[in-house]
Order: sequence, then C-alpha cells, then structure tokens
Amino acid sequence: MELLVDNLTVTRGGLPVLEGVTFDMRPGQVVMLRGPNGSGKTTLLRTLAGLQPPMEGSVSVEPEAIAYGAHADGLKSTLSVAENLQFWASVYGTHDIAPALAAFNLNGLTTRAAGNLSAGQKRRLGLARLLVTGREIWLLDEPTVSLDVASVGLFADAVRAHVGQGGSALIATHIDMGLEAREVDVTPFRADPNGSPRVATAFDEAFT
Amino acid sequence: MSETHRTKQARDRWNWFWEWANPVKFMSLSGKALPWVAAICALTLIPGLVWGFFFTPAAENFGSSVKIIYVHVPTAMMAINIWVMMLVASLIWIVRRHHVSALAAKAAALIGVTMTLAALITGAVWGEPMWGTYWAWDPRLTSFLILFLFYLGYMALWGAIDNPDTAADLTAVLCIVGSAFALLSRYAVNFWNQGLHQGASLSMDQQENVSDVYWQPLVLTLVGTSALFVLLLLIRTRTEVRKRRTHALETRERMADV
Amino acid sequence: MIALLLRDMRLGVRSGGGFGLGLAFFLIVIVLVPFGVGPDSEILARIAPGILWVGALLACLLSLDRIFQLDYEDGTLDLLATAPIPMEGAVAVKALAHWLVTGLPLTLSAPIFATLLNLESPGHIWVFLSLLIGTPALSMIGAFGAALTVGLKRGGLLLSLLVLPLYIPTLIFGAEAATRGAAGLENATPLALMAGITAGSIALLPFAASAAIRVNLR
Repeated sequence: MELLVDNLTVTRGGLPVLEGVTFDMRPGQVVMLRGPNGSGKTTLLRTLAGLQPPMEGSVSVEPEAIAYGAHADGLKSTLSVAENLQFWASVYGTHDIAPALAAFNLNGLTTRAAGNLSAGQKRRLGLARLLVTGREIWLLDEPTVSLDVASVGLFADAVRAHVGQGGSALIATHIDMGLEAREVDVTPFRADPNGSPRVATAFDEAFT
Repeated sequence: MSETHRTKQARDRWNWFWEWANPVKFMSLSGKALPWVAAICALTLIPGLVWGFFFTPAAENFGSSVKIIYVHVPTAMMAINIWVMMLVASLIWIVRRHHVSALAAKAAALIGVTMTLAALITGAVWGEPMWGTYWAWDPRLTSFLILFLFYLGYMALWGAIDNPDTAADLTAVLCIVGSAFALLSRYAVNFWNQGLHQGASLSMDQQENVSDVYWQPLVLTLVGTSALFVLLLLIRTRTEVRKRRTHALETRERMADV
Repeated sequence: MIALLLRDMRLGVRSGGGFGLGLAFFLIVIVLVPFGVGPDSEILARIAPGILWVGALLACLLSLDRIFQLDYEDGTLDLLATAPIPMEGAVAVKALAHWLVTGLPLTLSAPIFATLLNLESPGHIWVFLSLLIGTPALSMIGAFGAALTVGLKRGGLLLSLLVLPLYIPTLIFGAEAATRGAAGLENATPLALMAGITAGSIALLPFAASAAIRVNLR
C-alpha cells in the first residue's frame, strides 16, 4: 500500500507547524524523517496516524492500515512481558506473539513484570508490539531511544524483514541505523510564525 | 446536486446571522450595539426597580418583603435562560466551529452563576419572613441549587484547560450532557420531594397572587434584566475575544522563538 | 474488546487500586456515620439506605480517575485510539471493567454493611437491588467525567466537581427505591426510572466520552 501525503498542513495548539508537506512512500521503502527538535515531526506522525485532524491536505491511507509507535510504549508495569504483548496481539487479532518475542530477543523475559525491565528492554517490548499489529505501514517516533547498539541492530533487522514482505516504515530519528532509506527533511515545510499563513483559517482571520 | 444547492441557499439566507460569528465583524457590530443595549437596560431596569420598590403598595398578607420579587423573579428566570443559551452556543460551536459562539458560552457562564446565586440568596431572604425559614428542600429551590453546581463544574472545566480550542470542545460536550442530566435532576427532585412529604408543602408559585399593580413593574424588570444580560454578555464576550487574540499572539511569538 | 476488559480488570485487581481501596473506604464511611449521628438504632435504620447509597457513590468516585488517566500517561490511550477497536467500544468496556472491580463489590458488600446500620430484613434486598441497577450508571457517568479530565495534570478534584452533579438523579432514584423498599412501600417507579438512567447512560455516554478523549488526544 502506497502512502501519499499531499499538501498536508499540521497544527499544534491550533497553529500550523508544518505547511504543504508532500511526499510518498511505496511498499518496501523505508523513509527517514529528519528535522531539528520541535520542528513538528511528532505532530506530523500523529496526524498521519489519525490522532489529530490535518488543517489542510490529504493522506492517501486510512489510519486502519497504520501502526503507530509513539515516544511512550504504553506498557503496564504490573503485567508481564508476555501479558503486555498478548494484549496487543488480541486487540489486533493476531494472537501469535512468539515471533515478535524472538525478533527482539525477549524470550528470556516473558514472565518478568514490565515494571522490572530496564529502559532498553521496555523499548524492545514496545517495538515488538509493531510485529503483532500485522499492519503494513509503520510510523515510528524516535524508536531507538535508550537502545544499545545490539538492540538497534535487532530493530534494523525487524524493519528490513518488514519492508521485505512489502511493508513500509516512516521513521523519525536522529541516528543512522544502517538501513537503506530515503530521507525526508521537514525543515522546508516549517510554517513561518510571523509570515502570513498559506492557509487562511477562521482562526487566523479572527485572531491575528 | 439540488441538495447542495438548497443548503447553500439556506446558508445565504442566514448569512446576516452567521456574520456575527466572524470575530472581526462581531467586535465592530457589538461595539456599535453596546450603547443601545445599555440604554434599553437603563430605561427598563431602573424605572422597573424604582417603581417596584417604592410605588407599589405593601401586600396585606406578605408585607413589604414581597417587593423582593423584582430581583428574585428576573434573576431566577435568567438563571435558566442563560443555561439554555449556553447549550445553544455550545451546539453552534460543535457543529459550525464559530469561535465567538464558544467564547459567548464561556462569557455567559459567569453571568449565569451570578444570576443563580442572586436568585438563591433573594429566595432565602424572602423565604424567612414568608415561611419562617431561610432554606427548605422545596423542589424548585433544590433545582436551583443543582443548577448552581452545574454552573460551577462548567466554569471549573473552562478554567482548568490551557488550550482554548480543547477547552471549548470539552466544555461544549459537558454542557450538552449536563443539560440532559440537569433536566433529569429537575424531574428527580420533583419526584423525591413529593415522595417524602405528601403534597407540596411550600409552593413558590406566587403568580396567581400577583395582581396587576405588582405585575406591570415586574414586566419592566424582566425586560431590563434580559437587557442587562445581553449587555454584560457583549462586554464579556468582547473581553474573551481579546484574550483569545492575545493568547494567539503569544503562542505565535513562542513558536517564533523555537 | 474482551482482551481489553480482562486487561483492565487484571490491572484493577493487581495494582491494589480501585478494588480493595474502594471497599475499605465504603466500610469506613459506614462506620463513621453512627459516630456522627449517634448510636440510636431507629434513626440509623431509617437513614441506612441513603447512607449506603451516598457511601457507595463516594467510593465509586474514588477510583474514577484511574479509568483513563494511567493509560493516558503511559501512552496506551494513543495506541488504543489507533487500534482496530472503536473508541466508543473501548470506553464502554473500560466503564464495565470499572464497574466489575468497583461497583459490583460495593453492591455485594452493601447488604452486609447494612447490618452495621441496623437495617432490617427487606431493606437489605432493596439496597442490593437498587445498587445493582444503579451502580453501572455511576461507572458510565464517571467514565465520561474521567474522559473530560484525562488531559489534566491534577484532574481528580475537578473530576469530582464535574461528576457529582451528574450523579444526582441516579442517587435520588436509587436511594428512594431503597428507602421505600425498606419501609415496605411500592418502589417500582423509582427503580424503573433509575434503570432508565442506567440504560440511557450506557447507550449514549460512550459517544460523548470518546469524543472527549479524541479531543484530549489531539
């Protein structure tokens, strides 16, 4: 499934942060989303995932085809690793968590409560969730935070396997994880707070 | 095709109304309207109150305490009407996303809660000589107390949320759900009191006892209080629009700094 | 959906929150009342249905903010919003889980605690029945309030201020049904009205609550 983003304007706190974002991502591709801190990468990913409405523009893919990996992993500290993962597998209707556990080297930790994991182990569990969603397009926000070199390697392997099967991944990150990827820099799309906005909205018309 | 055409026509016919929803237009229109509303308010409320307080005879059975109806009845009426107005404004905000509508609802809440409190206090002051008690769990009194609580919750939610659009959305949802529950409470309270005491022991329904002498100034104060509400609403909504504009400018500045 | 229900119940029981605390709070309220109004068993028996209802309502309130707050903080709510279950369904399921770990234990323990207030025999059954019909509405209305305040840092107090007025009709009909039943009077009307509120809340409030959550996630 091809992700086409056309002339998208995304907002934070009611004001546009990125304007006219246009790019595409075909099956089998990995796209790295680049841009300095606070430039609107997270806002863009949340908009693509359907968590917030765009102010203008269109996204070709329904949120139902997208698996979103946020900063936070959504883990429950009192549930075990297997229970956490099993929950998401049931929600997405996939049920088999063994491959996901193996891919992120979590087999030895299945009965450990998620609260007792190290930061890197938590992250690996959060990323393992992506494998049980069974969705084609991954949107990942800083997936490698608190991962060691070996774990980044595991993650890169998982992404490679995913795109090898016709999936695709849009990854906002600052590091190079050795993946063959295209880059999209959001800097040219940044909205100028002082310039006249490209999109005339009720908000701008009214309150500036 | 005809469907869209029809909606467009309908929209055109109401354009004069929706133009108010444009904040710039609203500011200029309301600025012009303010002196007129103030004049109507002054010309009805002041004569009504003076007439009611000083030029009506003291009632035989109630004494001069009856004159408090010139504050009590209008504020009680407005307490309910303002909530209804907030409900309409909330619906307009949810359906059409007009910022002025949401801000008007916010502005109305403070006036509404003041009216409710005034109605409750004047009711208590009046109740003492009438029934020998400041407070009774009469269905109507209780309903107003509950309405007061709803106003407090609504205002607290506005105050707690930083993002103005989020606050507008959530308070609108609360106002709609709250209205349903306020209505339910009204019936529940009727049922509850009737259930405990056989028959309504204290009725505040004085209308049949109010003769023309009292009625005419009351009409004046009713019109005057409505005008007072519109006046205060316009002033407060203008303030809210300005605050919103300040907030937008500040946000813009913060983003320019990044 | 069932996975979500099981997970929420497991969390509710395991993290020692709602389940045990709510019940203990309920017991303490019931114990405190006689200290406040005196040990006269006749007075206690007369006010028992009302006290039990107010106590259950407050105990229910105690754990409301946990319905969405924890999931919001650790990011689960974001992930749930992008998961293939409708948010309305998730809200309803979470309210159900809250009821199963809070409302149901309160309902089951109320007839036992009623003994402490000298409530006579038919009263037990009516307190139990009225709570059984009414507490689901408390959980659902509470979930709506929790959805409104989920984005706030310290929403707990505000949540009470928003939810308690919404509880008034349920409380009135519930306590009325229990009181009338205990006095041997006809109480089908308040029971039916309360069942109506419960049914209406369960049917409509998930939509309002999920709208509020989507606004808060924006």
